[in-house]
Amino acid sequence: MFSGPLDTASATIQGADTLQSAAMTVEHGGKSDNLFTGLLHHIYDSHEIEVPFIGQVHLPQFEPVNIVGLHVDLSPTKHLVFLWIAAVFLIAVAVIAARSNRRQRFPRGLGNLVEIFIVFIRDDIVLPNMGPGGVKYMPYLLTTFFFILIMNLAGLVPYGSTATGNVSVTGGLALIAFIMIQISAIRAQGLVSYLKHLTGGVHWLLWPIMIPIEILGLFTKPFALMIRLFANMMGGHIVIVSLFGLIFIFQSWFIAPIPVLFVLGINLLELFVAFLQAYIFTMLTSLFMGLGMEAAHGGEDDFEHGH
Amino acid sequence: MEANSLGYLAAGIGAALTVIGAGLGIGKLAAAAMEASGRQPEVAGQVRTSMLIAAALIEGATFFALAICIILATK
Repeated sequence: MFSGPLDTASATIQGADTLQSAAMTVEHGGKSDNLFTGLLHHIYDSHEIEVPFIGQVHLPQFEPVNIVGLHVDLSPTKHLVFLWIAAVFLIAVAVIAARSNRRQRFPRGLGNLVEIFIVFIRDDIVLPNMGPGGVKYMPYLLTTFFFILIMNLAGLVPYGSTATGNVSVTGGLALIAFIMIQISAIRAQGLVSYLKHLTGGVHWLLWPIMIPIEILGLFTKPFALMIRLFANMMGGHIVIVSLFGLIFIFQSWFIAPIPVLFVLGINLLELFVAFLQAYIFTMLTSLFMGLGMEAAHGGEDDFEHGH
Repeated sequence: MEANSLGYLAAGIGAALTVIGAGLGIGKLAAAAMEASGRQPEVAGQVRTSMLIAAALIEGATFFALAICIILATK
């Protein structure tokens, strides 16, 4: 089809490609058909964890269990282990901060740092969106914020992996957010009024059309929460991994500092995105909860009292 | 042109179009935020907060499309 200079160019590219995949095969034990997929195993879930000084730890694999007719594979994977690590870390930080705040006259140290975040969430997220009645949902919102933040940040340290880069993890968080949104709406309005809002105030003949659409609309918001968090986290790591792939493409020691500088810049951006995405998830959850609570009052009072 | 290379080509074009849409949207958003901050510097903090929230929502839609492009490129 093509001939002449294009042919030699494509042959060179193919030669470079084979060279790269040969290098990748040597590096990663034969797990690549091109450079991109060969590097991506750093981001995907896997049954092995890289522990410093010990090498690769293979996680135990169990037989799929039969629960209610579904075959569920309950063996731990890398993302699950980091989810547990983030949970233990969060519980430890929260308990230590609460204990130190209770014992002293004014907060200092770790308790002070945690209190800054808690006051920020209460004054800028919960009170404007949900009003004074929203403070009873603060434990859930604080857990959401800190849990997502710790999981996002864990992916940026060496040997760490982002548990929120797995769609099941963000799916679980969005599922709990969905349940909490419905619970807050039902608690504020009562079950009958909540169901009445599902019909949208149209004539009863239109209910068979209206109710499925409204129920579908209930699911889109947590779905968007799930995809937003997952894609932000995974996208950042894919960019970092691809920039490291530049080093393999050029195959030279002198070009290597340039991709490293790019990766440094992207890592700083990822740090900002970690905080921002935790904040956005929490803020949108509290906004949706506040919408449900506002519908109880008829929506005439604004919770924002101006600053 | 086999199906594999068409898939890679589609992923590349899709990602480029996605970034064009996101860049345009967030650019307009930032322009409005700058103008508002210039007119009334006291509310610059609230404007910045709202700008970040709207930018995150727009990027949420962007990442829908990017996730599809990545699935195209790796399968």
